[in-house]
Amino acid sequence: MNKPTEPNSFRTGPDEQGMFGIFGGRFVAETLMPLILELQRHWDEAKNDPAFKAELNDLSTHYAGRPSKLYYAEGLTRHLGGAKIYFKREDLNHTGSHKINNCLGQILLAKRMGKTRIIAETGAGQHGVASATVAARFGFPCFVYMGATDVERQKPNVFRMKLLGAEVRPVNAGHGTLKDAMNEALRDWVTNVHDTYYLIGTAAGPHPYPELVRDFQSVIGTEARAQILEQEGRLPDVIVAAVGGGSNAIGLFHPFLDDRSVKIVGIEAGGRGLDGIEHCASMNAGSPGVLHGNRTYLLQNADGQILDGHSISAGLDYPGVGPEHSWLRDTGRVEYVPILDDEALDAFQLTTKVEGIIPALESAHAIAHAVKVAPTMGKDKVMIVNLSGRGDKDVHTVAQMLGMEI
Amino acid sequence: MTTRIDRRMAKLKAEGCPALVTYFMGGDPDYETSLSIMRALPKAGSDIIELGMPFSDPMADGPAIQAAGLRALKAGQTLGKTLQMAREFRKDDNETPIVMMGYYNPIYIYGVDRFLEDAIASGIDGLIVVDLPPEMDAELCIPALKAGINFIRLATPTTDDKRLPKVLENTSGFVYYVSMTGITGSALADTSKVAEAVQRIKAHTDLPVCVGFGVKTAEQAKTIGASADGVVVGTAIVNAVANVIGPKGEKTADPAEAVATLVNGLSQGIRAARLATAQ
Repeated sequence: MNKPTEPNSFRTGPDEQGMFGIFGGRFVAETLMPLILELQRHWDEAKNDPAFKAELNDLSTHYAGRPSKLYYAEGLTRHLGGAKIYFKREDLNHTGSHKINNCLGQILLAKRMGKTRIIAETGAGQHGVASATVAARFGFPCFVYMGATDVERQKPNVFRMKLLGAEVRPVNAGHGTLKDAMNEALRDWVTNVHDTYYLIGTAAGPHPYPELVRDFQSVIGTEARAQILEQEGRLPDVIVAAVGGGSNAIGLFHPFLDDRSVKIVGIEAGGRGLDGIEHCASMNAGSPGVLHGNRTYLLQNADGQILDGHSISAGLDYPGVGPEHSWLRDTGRVEYVPILDDEALDAFQLTTKVEGIIPALESAHAIAHAVKVAPTMGKDKVMIVNLSGRGDKDVHTVAQMLGMEI
Repeated sequence: MTTRIDRRMAKLKAEGCPALVTYFMGGDPDYETSLSIMRALPKAGSDIIELGMPFSDPMADGPAIQAAGLRALKAGQTLGKTLQMAREFRKDDNETPIVMMGYYNPIYIYGVDRFLEDAIASGIDGLIVVDLPPEMDAELCIPALKAGINFIRLATPTTDDKRLPKVLENTSGFVYYVSMTGITGSALADTSKVAEAVQRIKAHTDLPVCVGFGVKTAEQAKTIGASADGVVVGTAIVNAVANVIGPKGEKTADPAEAVATLVNGLSQGIRAARLATAQ
């Protein structure tokens, strides 16, 4: 594939058609198209409305607990003996992950649009919990679509959603994971388009979702950039985040994209290895295609049928990725590398032991990359890893992998 | 340039009879059986054939068509084989219009230019691609029109008067009005509202308007046919196939015959619509 010409700035996308180069777009059924245009109108107004920003800031501070800390992971740094590692502590947010940033923004949009019913898809359940949380806070009925496999492996989150008053709808199609949940959410949306707001959890889907989710999540990178300048007096050498759909990653990356000295690395789920089909590394082992409203890198066969993929982490178990990541991959600005299930599991245990922090399995993929590369870097180098969520939800999966009973 | 669709629609209009448009899933439950279903359709009273292209993630389809697509894919159906099916059908029937219906990704992966070339060679007359709204016309719609293939657009209850011209702009063959906001196979919408919507669309275009989503019985086909230029039936046909397939994939009766019986009944319903209008 031809590498696109390098732009003057990596932060100006998408264009008016919602494209990042050849990626993105609005590949949806006609029924949804008027609503998507309406969402765009409201979003364009909201992002320039000081009152909207003020309300979101207030909620972020007093409800979600922002800013999240930038924590020097001294134990892990000492253990690895190389670059200084910082964790951006999104795990400390209300609901335990970065997902709340996006949900607060979108629930305010839903309110603005006069919608009265919220639907969401979820993989690991983090976005489902965050959606159920903001729906409870603002008094909306909420329906969360979740693959049946994920319902099984993320039981604590399923229960949390129910406690919060949401209805969890298990989806049995396919492998019963995030892709199938998203299909079913889209079917609900197309049916209930008159009163329903689709609260997409990742920086993917039809335009303007990739843009607005990114903007709501960019608070991560904006804070981290200011915090590292304050704590280290300089920009980091490397920033790292795990990529499923890619919302925590684009949130961290975007404010750093034009800082050319900062190496940016996105971590894909390598599953059981890239040789077979048991992984979710769409940008390392997939090809561009059209799914769920956008063109992006996908795991697919020669006939354009989408594959199911596999990851130990339900949040990374998706055969596509947000379109902006696909573009950043092709331009070469961001490097995307796979981390295997086993490597993530090791990093999960290591972080727990040397830092006293139980990371989400998604975040453990990003930490695993730090475990690999930090020892090869000098002690004067600085790395930021996005600790996108807490790992309490994963203890059952980890126990099973380690052959333990809880 | 007129296509088989234009000619068939003109002929039916002259006869005062709405078109019966029948959807079936290419390759369901297997290639040979599916071809026999396709061949049975015109004789049973189908005026236009919609040939479904299976896709792993059919976001606008209900459980019946989802399952049919998965059966076809499991039996080894590909876009290439769906085109081949049309080509084989054309050997005995050069009149019945064929519209391929599905999602964009398999076409994108096949390659748009190569697809259009092979579609022409296979006797395809039109395309319905669910996830390509007018905003994405440069992808396939414009190249298809240039190649002489009709691009049939879906209009829906959410397509208001302001948006209709945009939807109709590059539409040809006929307009497919989706009777409700929802997925295929849902319950039929209020038929009086459907009639109103058809009139609304007709105020914007001279193209025939066919109505689909939710039409399952001859009686419904008759009611819809009284106001529309055509009636599309899909899920009911796909169900007729599923009903004669056992849990292990064994056939309990001939699927082509089951489909023919159903389509025959629907065709009689449509003809009754014409008679009702004539009186």
